[in-house]
Amino acid sequence: MKFGIVVFPGSWSQQDFYHVIVNVLKEEACYLWHKEADLQGADCVILPGGFAHGDYLRTGAIARFSPVMKEVARFAKRGGLVLGSCNGFQILTEAGLLAGALLRNDCMHYRCKWVHLRVESQQTPFTSAMTRGQVVRMPISHGEGRYYIDDAALKQLVENDQIVFRYCDEGGELAKEANPNGSLDHIAGVCNARRNVLGLMPHPERAAEAILGSEDGRVMFASILDTFARA
Amino acid sequence: MLTAKIYVTLKPGVLDAQGDTVKSALETLGFRGVADVRIGKFLVIRLDGHAREQTAAQVEEMCRRLLVNPVIEDYSFELEEAGG
Repeated sequence: MKFGIVVFPGSWSQQDFYHVIVNVLKEEACYLWHKEADLQGADCVILPGGFAHGDYLRTGAIARFSPVMKEVARFAKRGGLVLGSCNGFQILTEAGLLAGALLRNDCMHYRCKWVHLRVESQQTPFTSAMTRGQVVRMPISHGEGRYYIDDAALKQLVENDQIVFRYCDEGGELAKEANPNGSLDHIAGVCNARRNVLGLMPHPERAAEAILGSEDGRVMFASILDTFARA
Repeated sequence: MLTAKIYVTLKPGVLDAQGDTVKSALETLGFRGVADVRIGKFLVIRLDGHAREQTAAQVEEMCRRLLVNPVIEDYSFELEEAGG
């Protein structure tokens, strides 16, 4: 399976994704420079974390207009798998490929720490190897991760089972202290209605090897590979 | 030459963490009666031409396509003749 990792000026997680895909999973990966409107035949497109275009204006606001994004939108519309982590999630919301927006953390601090996430839906190509209610551990690293969406759109997300991850404590409870950025309803990750586009603030690529403290992120990659193998 | 002064603000229902922090800083400094602080963006864009209607439509489109995220933000703007 071939993964295409989009690189914007200011991206910083692309090499971590590349390492996990090539060295840990032994799959194929390539970098996709944001100025090239070509996905190089990738089966799954990844928008990594970082600070594309310096986060100027709003996070992801400028990146969404890069030539590669038109192709990503087209790819998503055909049902292609698109995963956005951290800044990638912010870009996907700005591009309108995912609902909602990411705002400055309510604590005003940049948060770089391990968090627990409750899997809210396994009905996605990214979480099919997980179980609903399962608690996974991944790191976050962001200053603007507070998920926001208006009431009507939130209702729709809930009805369509589009909330994929929620911040929780070790036991899976949605404790206030377990919400690192003040996200609405503890939302850490959502998918689109068609379920082929996922965005999350945490970093699965930084939790894919035991030596780094967690292998839970690897299950997300396993889900993607499994979905691809069945297709 | 026209100058567009664009005000971008967080929608009323959206928590403004930055504004709240500034509010408590003002209170720490002894300022009383600060009911609320909201922080937004102020953009000044100088544009060629004098056709107000056409320019207003252009600024409107700039706001819609790039300058404002309608999920979280509202905006307003005014056009002025740029001096010099």
